[in-house]
Amino acid sequence: MPRNDTTSRRGFLRGAGLAAGTLVLGGCDSLSQAPWFRKLLFSAEQLTISAQRAVLGSNDLAREYTEADLSPKFRANGSTDPDDPKYRAMAANGFADWKLKVDGLVESPAEFSLADLRAMPSRTQITRHDCVEGWSCIGKWKGVPLGHVLEQVKLKPEARYLVFHCADALEKTLDGSGQYYESIGLDDAFHAQTILAYEMNDQVLPVAHGAPIRVRVERQLGYKMAKYMMRIEAVESFATIGGGNGGFWEDRGYEWYAGI
Amino acid sequence: MATTEQTPRKTYFYRHSIVVRVTHWINVLCMTVLLMSGLQIFNAHPALYIGEKSNFDAPVLSMGAGRQPDGTLVGVTQILGTNFDTTGVLGLSKADGDRMSVRGFPSWSTIPGYQDLATGRRWHFFFAWLFVINGLVYIGYSIATGHWRQLVPTVAQLRHTGSAIREHLMLRFPKGEEAKTYNVLQKLAYFGVVVVVIPVLILAGLTMSPGMDAAFPWLLDIFGGRQTARTIHFIAATLLVLFVLVHMLMVLLSGVFNNMRSMITGRYRIEDDLEKPHAAE
Repeated sequence: MPRNDTTSRRGFLRGAGLAAGTLVLGGCDSLSQAPWFRKLLFSAEQLTISAQRAVLGSNDLAREYTEADLSPKFRANGSTDPDDPKYRAMAANGFADWKLKVDGLVESPAEFSLADLRAMPSRTQITRHDCVEGWSCIGKWKGVPLGHVLEQVKLKPEARYLVFHCADALEKTLDGSGQYYESIGLDDAFHAQTILAYEMNDQVLPVAHGAPIRVRVERQLGYKMAKYMMRIEAVESFATIGGGNGGFWEDRGYEWYAGI
Repeated sequence: MATTEQTPRKTYFYRHSIVVRVTHWINVLCMTVLLMSGLQIFNAHPALYIGEKSNFDAPVLSMGAGRQPDGTLVGVTQILGTNFDTTGVLGLSKADGDRMSVRGFPSWSTIPGYQDLATGRRWHFFFAWLFVINGLVYIGYSIATGHWRQLVPTVAQLRHTGSAIREHLMLRFPKGEEAKTYNVLQKLAYFGVVVVVIPVLILAGLTMSPGMDAAFPWLLDIFGGRQTARTIHFIAATLLVLFVLVHMLMVLLSGVFNNMRSMITGRYRIEDDLEKPHAAE
């Protein structure tokens, strides 16, 4: 019996096309998990850092907006209500017992109460918050410039990064690897718009947005702007902290440099 | 002189230089990965807005799932306030075998196939760098050799745009000497893509970077805000996909083997145009 050649050829081509497609897509998924390939993909981050540093002056400011631009609803991402008992106790007490510890590679480690920070010089800014997911909200923030706090404790010359330790665990783990933390370089630490914010939209910073203190790092994405801050540690390297990549999301594959 | 034989004479000529061929195929790889990893990134927040900020209540486009009265899930794509049922493709589609899952673009169109924004961004930025470097090599070459002139339509050609469209619709493609250079429709398409669509795509992409916005605040002004830039990035990518679809259709219709050979080896076969007398022979 003569076979219907056209149909079988078409069937074959169709099958071959599907198989090739599956192979390519499956290949991309395998590559996405292969350590050597991830290393290759991750190498682009250094190129991005170098390129952005070449064009971004250390004093360049993120755009500031007006009251009319404020988002009616500012989305809260990540932890919005930490369940750590110590944190909850402090929150119940209006953070009267909370203290921000600043230590590590500093000349004089110190602890600051919320009242101490509020008594320091403040900066108010209306800025755009860009989430890594793609959305943006505009909010008004008031806080003390981080650079001012750092001047009180005096960084040692070998300090290169600031690590922010937070009260919230974004992932439940037994070994503590789900604890939120972040880190920034000194260029961003001393940037005029980098503030420890205690007010948002003229109100006391709400718990959903990081009470009592959230850092604003306006030239980077939202995940760098750690909420529920408990401690700032000056370090030479963050290789031994957490998963060694400089932050909770960085340990899960996101870029340490989130200017893009 | 016109020959008396009725079979057209076949001649080969060297159509694409090595630089054009290599940059073309690197482009194929980059644009495929950029599109698919871009859809992965889009899926992290499958909605587009106008302005600086996201007005979550009024996206210009969004994808998601809704529930019908009987409880079954449907994929819904909303464009400018109108809902479309896109079950199976947009909003709700099969992932991990047979399980329906709520996601913007379907698993087969994203890199990675599973939901993973961090890895999608890594793919996107790596291949964005490769795309830009490859593009600079192409542009540098085009300027150095004068190749760019081949992409600019002449006034005489533009006058015949209408008849060129008619000829294309009748699937009659240039032969003989005419086939050695780009025709007016090719020039308009390539020139538009190289000079308009891709630069807009790249600039809109850069405008989504908070670092670049601090360095070049005018980026926000030319696009009218970060969220508009994200929407324009999406539209420009869609235009590029349309261009590629038409490009592939033309490659198929005007002799797929001849076209593929010329983009791989450089050699393109020309059939003499019997209807026209030979010029300058």
